[in-house]
Amino acid sequence: MENWSLFSLCVLLGLTSRWAVSFHSYSGAGKPPMFGDYEAQRHWQEVTYNLPVHEWYFNTTNNDLNYWGLDYPPLTAYHSLVCAYVAKLLNPEWVELHASRGYESHSHKLFMRATVLFTDILIYIPAVLLYCFYFCDGFSKQKVATALCILLYPGLILIDYGHFQYNSVSLGLALWGILGLGLGWDLFGSLAFTLALNYKQMELYHSLPFFCYLLGKCIKQGLIGRGFFQLAKISLTVLVTFALCWMPFLSDPKQPLQVLHRLFPFGRGLFEDKVANTWCSLNVLIKIKTLLSRETQLFLSFALTLLFILPSSLKLLSKPNLWQFKLALVNSSLAFFLFSFQVHEKSILLAAFMLPLLVKDGLLLPYVVTSLAFLFLSLYLLSHLTRTNEPLFWYFPFLVISVATFVWLEPPAKFPDLFPVLVSILSFLHFLGFIIYFNLVQLMEPQRKKSQKKTN
Amino acid sequence: MAAPMTNDQSWFYALALGVSFLKCLLINAYHSTDFEVHRNWLALTHSLPAAQWYYEATSEWTLDYPPLFAWFEYGLSHIASFFDKEMLVVQNLNYASPATILFQRLSVIVADVVFFYAVKECCKCLREDKGKYLLGKPSFILTVLLLWNFGLIIVDHIHFQYNGFLFGVLLLSIARHFQNRHFEGALLFSILLNLKHIYLYIAPAYGIYLLRCFCFTQSNADGSLQWRSFSVVRLVTLGTIVLSTFSVSFGPFIALGQLPQVLSRLFPFKRGLCHAYWAPNIWALYNIADKAFSILGVKFKLLDINKLPKASMTGGLVQEFQHSVLPSVSPLATLVCTVLSILPALFRIWHRPNGARGFLRCLVICALGSFMFGWHVHEKAILMAILPLSLLAVESREDARIFLILSITGHYSLFPLLFTTQELPIKILLLLLFTIFSLTSLKTLFRKGGALLNPLEATYLLGLIPLELICEFVYPLTVWQKTFPFLPLMLTSVYCALGVTYAFIRLYISLLTCSDSTKKIKTQ
Repeated sequence: MENWSLFSLCVLLGLTSRWAVSFHSYSGAGKPPMFGDYEAQRHWQEVTYNLPVHEWYFNTTNNDLNYWGLDYPPLTAYHSLVCAYVAKLLNPEWVELHASRGYESHSHKLFMRATVLFTDILIYIPAVLLYCFYFCDGFSKQKVATALCILLYPGLILIDYGHFQYNSVSLGLALWGILGLGLGWDLFGSLAFTLALNYKQMELYHSLPFFCYLLGKCIKQGLIGRGFFQLAKISLTVLVTFALCWMPFLSDPKQPLQVLHRLFPFGRGLFEDKVANTWCSLNVLIKIKTLLSRETQLFLSFALTLLFILPSSLKLLSKPNLWQFKLALVNSSLAFFLFSFQVHEKSILLAAFMLPLLVKDGLLLPYVVTSLAFLFLSLYLLSHLTRTNEPLFWYFPFLVISVATFVWLEPPAKFPDLFPVLVSILSFLHFLGFIIYFNLVQLMEPQRKKSQKKTN
Repeated sequence: MAAPMTNDQSWFYALALGVSFLKCLLINAYHSTDFEVHRNWLALTHSLPAAQWYYEATSEWTLDYPPLFAWFEYGLSHIASFFDKEMLVVQNLNYASPATILFQRLSVIVADVVFFYAVKECCKCLREDKGKYLLGKPSFILTVLLLWNFGLIIVDHIHFQYNGFLFGVLLLSIARHFQNRHFEGALLFSILLNLKHIYLYIAPAYGIYLLRCFCFTQSNADGSLQWRSFSVVRLVTLGTIVLSTFSVSFGPFIALGQLPQVLSRLFPFKRGLCHAYWAPNIWALYNIADKAFSILGVKFKLLDINKLPKASMTGGLVQEFQHSVLPSVSPLATLVCTVLSILPALFRIWHRPNGARGFLRCLVICALGSFMFGWHVHEKAILMAILPLSLLAVESREDARIFLILSITGHYSLFPLLFTTQELPIKILLLLLFTIFSLTSLKTLFRKGGALLNPLEATYLLGLIPLELICEFVYPLTVWQKTFPFLPLMLTSVYCALGVTYAFIRLYISLLTCSDSTKKIKTQ
């Protein structure tokens, strides 16, 4: 069967599972007064449509920042504005200032889900296809299998189409950035990544590898001459993109400061809820949240993040090639997730460890189905296409058992949070293991197997 | 520790598991009144004694399937009581708690295991199963065409029915005939008839085939009948199997003297010529022609507009309809047409049987003929032709071509069943999925010998895209949506009727002109 048909089947399967998951509940459904992320996105449409730009990030009578105030960079706000225009065409009640708070209806849900699907098709899915086509090793069947696995990845599907968010936009743009860099189109890659950064500040997790890769590449081309020009062009692209995105906010110096204040809420503390990172796990043994002052916490997290990210970045700087770049991305995001300040569990987008959140949203069924399907599919394809005897097979029943335990057993009354905490700690240990492993791989560069280049 | 899956058959389980996952995701999708129908049957078989099953009429959805299916529902109802006892109360009309939905949906998904087994057996019946790689193997293609059949997923797991389970029994019966295990095949078919009597449509194919190829144990060298080889033993055994199945199923009701009541429930002829949504058959074309003539007649002052009956058929209700210009059609007329349409095929396999494959072809023609000419046909019935045809499609070029035309138009004609906005992306995505797969895999399988579809056929199929855009997206925004709300349905059914008719004709041609097999009919 030809490649294009296989790829289109993957896309169709991916889209079908996405839309089928969207039938289920969303975050905060039917839970006044605050509701959830779904209501937050709707509220941002309301705010951006009805209020002038300089009021979006400020606490005014019309804009109560305590009720889901904007805390993403301007591109999210512009996206919400565009959605709001469409919403206004379909049903003005959806974005009525103040009156539309907590608005919930079947048609509105369809509209919101449709916006996610639209941006997914526009940005994320083409990026995945191109990535698999150009940058996957192996013969074409392996590329298709990779595409299928990525497109069926439950974490993204459940968060975007279940819980409700627009991660596919920022991840998609970042992926376009990686594509650009991989194809040698540095300017395009920088542009795409800058846009990703201006959509969700979480992309800062990936920024250091981008920076080090591009810088390293320019240095290699010689700092006097071509390399310098390249660096200048890249910097100009980045600065211009930032300027364009932040243009409405540059008229008054208070504006960008307020936006930054909303984006990086250092006032909120080291962590919230149960997150599978170092601080939350450490907190079980030593109550660092209360022991240390906020300044010390900030310093500690900054220092540790830097410590874990430095080796990988320096290595990339010295050897700017694609393989190093990919590994650096993994290491950088893991480091930030594990050690930085005010991390939310969604930042990891790893399904197995978001179970508590999804159960709260009423998404248990799609979670179970998509995770099982993904695990089974990836293990099956992995075993068939790489002909290795991965010890990952023990992982499958282990995860199933842990999920079952969480769902069916009642925690003892003395420790009502026992299971979420256990899940968090377990996950944290996994991630710690991953970051050590991947750092070792990147730094030591063990012999890579020659990939089989079979013809179709 | 689980062993790595290097088993050659593991792809089958992967496909089965994959489609089951998809079905699970669709648990929350729209379900039609058929959901309430089955809940009602769960309730009445559970709460009432068997003597009252066919008299119970609290709900409008009375029991209209044969007794074995009622017993099936009875069995299910015991499991249902663990999920939500309230669904088993007959008075709880339209009861649809989350537990009820979960149970009913899961029951369909689990019952599909029968279908999985049948598909596996069918794959064993393929003549040759060689392919350069997995995706090109006929058994792989057949498995996907059956397990991931668009019509089955849409009708069973969204609209809500138990067709997977029933078609599993049918396909298993066919497989048994291919494997020369005719007694089992006959038994399975008798059971099937007692589960859902719509399969009476294909009973003639079974009857003629078994009589000709099984009861007459041998044929002459040229393939004609050898009268002396008639085996009374076989005939009597077959008869016993069929009769005993029917007596197990209907016996209790005959003993209670309820047979007329049961039959009146099973065959309600009061309904109209066409179902609420017209099936894309001959009568759709007939109705349209009648409408066209009446409009032309009024325009050219040949007819008096006051004498014409009101346009009650374009309303979505199931009513008796009087045609204006062309003669009206009665149930008897449709029966005669149906019988006439399948007679040539039956004669053919009597005269020159082509073994199990000839039987299968005749079966598909019977199914399609009854679809084309039957009374009050539901468009879901097209699946009865499409699914068995899949078996032939992976073995012969001409069948593959007919299959493509029939399946794509037939599946598209199912679209009106899912009319909700939420399900719109799902039905389009799944149809595209199935269509792209069937087109490319069959094209690759039969790449020797030129293109599979000729330009006219390809254009016709591509015409479905603008049709969908107009009916689903453009038309609702126009003024005519209020005055002629059923125009899109009419358009869909007429357009698809063309494709189905074309497939029917081609199938007949292929049966009547197929090169005779010179191989002898195997004797047991």
